[in-house]
Order: sequence, then C-alpha cells, then structure tokens
Amino acid sequence: MISYNEYLDTTHRAGQIWIWSAVCVILFVPVAICLKYNAWPEGSSVLKGLLGVAPIYWTVGFIEVVTFTPMLGTGGTYLSFVTGNVTALKVPAALNAMESAGVKSGTEEGELISTIAIATASIVTTIIISAGVLLFAQLTPLINSPVLKPAFDNIMPALFGGLGVVYISRNWKVSIAPMAFMLALFIAVPSLGNSVGVLVPVGILIALGAARLMYKKGWFSK
Amino acid sequence: MNKTQAAFDPNSAFMYALAVLVIVFVLAQSIYFLLRALRRARAIGMDRATLSKTVGSTALFTLAPAFSILLGVVTLAKFLGLPLPWIRLSVIGAITYELPAATSTANALGISLSETITDPKVFSAIAWVMTLGILPSIVLTPVLIKGIQRGVVKIQSKDKAWGDIFMTSLFMGMISAFSGMVFSHIREGLPGLLPIAVLAVSAIAMCICGLIVKKANAKWLENYAMPFSMLIGMAFAAIAAPAFGL
Repeated sequence: MISYNEYLDTTHRAGQIWIWSAVCVILFVPVAICLKYNAWPEGSSVLKGLLGVAPIYWTVGFIEVVTFTPMLGTGGTYLSFVTGNVTALKVPAALNAMESAGVKSGTEEGELISTIAIATASIVTTIIISAGVLLFAQLTPLINSPVLKPAFDNIMPALFGGLGVVYISRNWKVSIAPMAFMLALFIAVPSLGNSVGVLVPVGILIALGAARLMYKKGWFSK
Repeated sequence: MNKTQAAFDPNSAFMYALAVLVIVFVLAQSIYFLLRALRRARAIGMDRATLSKTVGSTALFTLAPAFSILLGVVTLAKFLGLPLPWIRLSVIGAITYELPAATSTANALGISLSETITDPKVFSAIAWVMTLGILPSIVLTPVLIKGIQRGVVKIQSKDKAWGDIFMTSLFMGMISAFSGMVFSHIREGLPGLLPIAVLAVSAIAMCICGLIVKKANAKWLENYAMPFSMLIGMAFAAIAAPAFGL
C-alpha cells in the first residue's frame, strides 16, 4: 500500500488533469455555441457584461479558493471547484460528514471522508438537476409553489442553525469573537447580507486573532 | 439576425447535446474521486459502516440544496432555455452568480430578460460572460492549492495544538459570517424574523437529535441529525411563513 503522502501526490496529479480538462470543457460550451450558430459576440458587449460582475466574482473566487482549500482537503478541493455551489453545499456537506464520522480536517481520515461527502453531494445534485430538467413541465409548478417558497428562501438559516449549534457548542471559546462581530455587523449594516462571500475571510481573521490571543494566554488549556 | 447565422433555439437538440457532454464529465469526475477515496479508506482500514453512513447521510443532506439549485435552473430557463442553465448550475455556477451575469450582459446590450432570448449573439454574449465570470475559481485552484496546503501543514507541524485551533477558527469564521447574515433582515419587522426563527428551530432540532443519540443510544441518528434538522427548519419556514406576514 502506498503511503499517505504518495496518495496525496497521486490525488494532486489526477486533480490537475481533471481540473484543466474541466477548464477546456467549460470554455468549449460558448465556443461551440458561437461556431454552431455563427454568433461570435462583440468583444465590447462581453467586456461591458463582465465589468458588471467580474470585479466581485473574481475577488470572491480568489477568496473562496484561499479560504476553503484547507477545509475541503485535496480531493475535495479539486472536485468542489469544478462542481460549484461550494459555500452553500460542498463545505457544509464536508463539515457535517467529518463531524459525524468523528474525524478531523487535515488528517488522512478527514481527507477521505471530505472527498467522499463532496463526491456524493456532487453526484446527487447532478442527478436531481438532470431529473428536474427531464421532468421540467411536471416539476415547475411544485418548485415554484408559493407554499414551498419560504422553505427554499430559508435554506441557509436551516443549514447553518444545525451546523452552527454543533460547532459553537464544541468550540464556544473560538466562536465568541467572530459571532459577536458578525451579529453586530449584519444588524448595523443589513445591506452586507449580499456580500457574505467577502465577509467570510473577515470572520476567519477575527476568529484566528481572538483564538491566538486566548491560546497565548493559555485559556484553551483551562 | 445576420443571414449567415443559423436559426437559433436555446432549447435545441445541439444545446441539449452540449449539456449532456458537460453532465457526463462532471459525473465522471465525481465518481472517479468517490471510488478513489472509498478504495483508499478501505485500504487503511476505515470502518465500512462509517463510509456507507457518510454516503447515505450526505445524499439526504444534499436533497434540499439540490432542489434549491434546480429552482435556479427554472428561474434562468425563463429567458435562457433549459440547457445553458443546466450546464452553468452543474459546473462551478450558482444562481447568485449566473443571474447577475445574465442581467449585467442584457443591460450592456440594452435588451430585456422578460422573455426567451432568440438572438444567438445575445445568447452567446451571456454564455461568455457567465463562463469568464466564474473561470478564476477553477483556474486558481490548481495554481494555488499546493502553496495553501504547504502553509497549513507548516502551521500544524510547528505546533499541533495551535494547528487544531487554527483549523477550528477557519470553520468558525465561515459559520459566523453565514449565521450573522441571517440577522441582516432583522430590521424588516416580522417577516425579517422568519430566518432567525428558522435558524433557531434548526438549532433546537439538532440539539434534540443530539439528546436522542445520547439518551436513547440511537447511534444511527448521529449521521442523519444534520439533514433532519435542516429539513425540519425548512418545513417550519413553509408552515410558519403566514404567521410572519409572508
């Protein structure tokens, strides 16, 4: 059996091949549309469209890669940044799976459980979306149902209520400073609710700063 | 439309063929990593039951967010047809990215997104903006991953106790930002309190599951507590919405 480091090396090699192939597949879609329909858009219209979204998307994209890579592990990272929905699905799925299995992020067991959870989440999501596309006419009234709208609108609170209580109860000392800061910030400036992706690293820096201070003072050993 | 352009239908067989190609790629990559991790886990002697429970509980956990993503496909399909949203929301995309990207391009071209797009140049411009907008996430991953991981390993190997707290702080930073976001509607009166109530109900459901696991020794529930709490929170939102003026 190969060692863990060798396993990680081969995961990196496979991940690099998959992710650069994914880049080609993703770029192939607009290229194929343009070729098939002889519809190359004006560069200026693409640039104008990009100007409206790229500054924030590219910043958040960079932040997400830097922030979530240590949490997701090697296989999980290569897979998550191809299949998407990283913050709302892949990171919580990995966290929940590691917590339930009693393994820690950064260990070999954590790496494997995280990858298994993220791969499962990707497969299930892809199947459900594909089934939804096939059954579009039948499912649309159900998905657009006004009764279910509040449920879908509140997925994030429903997800972070359960996840938060587990993490906060087990790591309450680390949680106090970032939770207090974020609560005060979002209540004081409600419009920031749309910029939560940018605020994740702020929360991390506050958590790290406060935790470091407490660690230096020996509060974690008490 | 230019005479040389082929007739355009965003729901054409060609667009569906493109979508199928992308979906097969995504599934192949996911299955490859799943089998690889399962094989390694068995090789190092990890409990088979734990691995099965991880797959089962994650599948259940994924149902609600997956339907929410499908809702995004339905939203975008109104003006982009089905295949392109199917592609975009299956690979890196998220509705929070794709809808503003389409809207920004439509605004730049001075067109409305109130009906299905039939101009192939407008459609291709939107497809390019959606693609280029999310590309850095995927391109930066292979470029940065090794450096980031080396940094984390360095921190963990230097001081193991601090390494554990460091990782916990990363998770807490993310959880605090998303939990705090729930309170951003608090000033909107009664309707703004619903997300907070959902957060509380989901948290309470999780605590009750924890108690059942401990007191009734219901070990099986441990893996399903998170998806159950999430679904209970969502069910509460649907039932209680009228009481919150929604």
